[in-house]
Amino acid sequence: MFMETAIDTPESKYEILPKTLSNGEMDGELLEVAMGPQHPSTHGVFRMDVVLDGEKVVKLKPVFGYLHRNHEKIAENTTYLASMPYTDRLDYLCSMTNNWAYALSVEKLAGLQPPERAEYIRIITGELTRLVNHTCLVGFLLQDMGALGTPLMYAFREREMILDLFESLSGSRMMCNYMRFGGCRVDLPAGWLEQAKRAVDSYSGFLDEFEKLLTENEILVARTQGIGVLPPDLAVNASITGPMLRASGVNYDIRKVDKYGIYDRFEFRVPLGDHGDVYDRYMIRLLEMRESVKILNQALRDIPAGPIVDPKAKLRGFRPKVGEAYGRIEGPKGELGFYLISDGTPNPYRYRVRPPSLINLTVLEDMCLGQDVADVVIILGSVDIVLGEVDR
Amino acid sequence: MLGEGIIKGMVETARNFVGSYSDPERLTTVEYPEDKIPAKENARNFPFLVYDGDDAARGLRCVACQICEKECPPKCIYIVKSKDKKPDYIGKPQFYPAVFDIDVSVCMSCQICVEVCPFEAIKMDTEFELSNPDRFGGLLQDKHRLAKSNEYYHKIHETEAAEVDARLAAEKAKAEAKARADAEAKAAAAAKAATAAATPKPAPNPTTVAPAK
Repeated sequence: MFMETAIDTPESKYEILPKTLSNGEMDGELLEVAMGPQHPSTHGVFRMDVVLDGEKVVKLKPVFGYLHRNHEKIAENTTYLASMPYTDRLDYLCSMTNNWAYALSVEKLAGLQPPERAEYIRIITGELTRLVNHTCLVGFLLQDMGALGTPLMYAFREREMILDLFESLSGSRMMCNYMRFGGCRVDLPAGWLEQAKRAVDSYSGFLDEFEKLLTENEILVARTQGIGVLPPDLAVNASITGPMLRASGVNYDIRKVDKYGIYDRFEFRVPLGDHGDVYDRYMIRLLEMRESVKILNQALRDIPAGPIVDPKAKLRGFRPKVGEAYGRIEGPKGELGFYLISDGTPNPYRYRVRPPSLINLTVLEDMCLGQDVADVVIILGSVDIVLGEVDR
Repeated sequence: MLGEGIIKGMVETARNFVGSYSDPERLTTVEYPEDKIPAKENARNFPFLVYDGDDAARGLRCVACQICEKECPPKCIYIVKSKDKKPDYIGKPQFYPAVFDIDVSVCMSCQICVEVCPFEAIKMDTEFELSNPDRFGGLLQDKHRLAKSNEYYHKIHETEAAEVDARLAAEKAKAEAKARADAEAKAAAAAKAATAAATPKPAPNPTTVAPAK
């Protein structure tokens, strides 16, 4: 199904034809609507050219590139370290995991090994980022459904506590620029772990509250169940990753598959969906947050003292040996990978990002066909995109 | 029962609504221009140049090595090296920046200049009210506007500044000890040479002793 849509020529797909009934009579026309790039539901500057038959979607063409800023080419023209702050701006809600993915691939390239404490700090900040991302996503999804305000404000209230933690650790709320090749930039400030423990402890209560507010709500159930179904075989063929893939029932989590960092030491489960509809994608996020809280509790309990940077790591004049490396992590949105080729100079010869948002967006048409135009908005919301990462 | 979930949700919002009035911890809004939340210690916004002592021109730690200019990701730093040299905090003659400009509108507050600086000369400020009606000259900060005292640095980043001062003091002590050791070695060598020169009778130099005829 995916292959068929992929090889269709644009001309044949987007011709607007007059509709005829079986008896040959005219029955109105298809309507082409450009949703975006200023549409408030598109989560940024993203356009969907939707062809409508009444309320039903007949064709959908995603148009992106409005936020393109040449990220990969800039990275090939600067040093390895100088690309680190640019990775913050890929998926600007989860800068910590972006830093982590980039640091991981450079460490593979240069053969660095972060010390124990740095690995724990990475797990803690990475899972906090997952909480931030999923909380925001649920808030935005509900806002797309018309719940203007309340769920989003509740979500942002909790996100604020984690952003405070990030600020006191890295100096910035969103553009953290915290991880370095072979470790982290600074050690945890005094009292940070206690503050983090308080925030994580209160998070379960917030999730209970959030679920009471939303999960059983009849309007939410009616709007989301059976909408935007993504079958598992299509998801696998289109290389969908992350919560969206697991909502379709495919058990694939890079934290379990690759066990990068020290994820093999933590006990957590991978929640799976059954139907692959918007409701499953919503529930997967809530369940993943509960698992993240579990990981955080274990990490905050076990974190050892020690150095935070590999002594072999060099800040100035960093030149990894000739070679190539692909480092990937389970970002909050899916598999986030960086592919690097080094030719022995201070700049990477090739720098490529595998963005989960863009690749998860490729099945948007398949999920939207036959749905109402109002549901397109929430299907897009459940894909969880950030345009900084889609366009790069 | 249809609507049960909605009623549950309403109860939750009502609880939050009442709670936000009864619990002072939840009243988090600050009347911004009058009241301000103090900046976190690690907070960073825009770099400044640290100087020691009272005179910004003389005490500037920057030696115009241009590492930050090269490493800055958006290339917002512009440095021109001086022709002459002035003594740094140890007393060693060093270059100083004749021009040091940072463009506020280009800087992305990433702190990489601070990390790569080997002389602890550039640090991050927590000041965030940098708006200016002049979008060209007003946003391009020169070295006079960037220079801020070490006391100010201590005020905004207490622990970090203390560490930096300790490190610089250690380096200075090491340099002084080395200088002292060098001086002593030199003095010893000189004394040895002097004694060596004094003990054996120097043969009269024929060129000097030769009578001028």
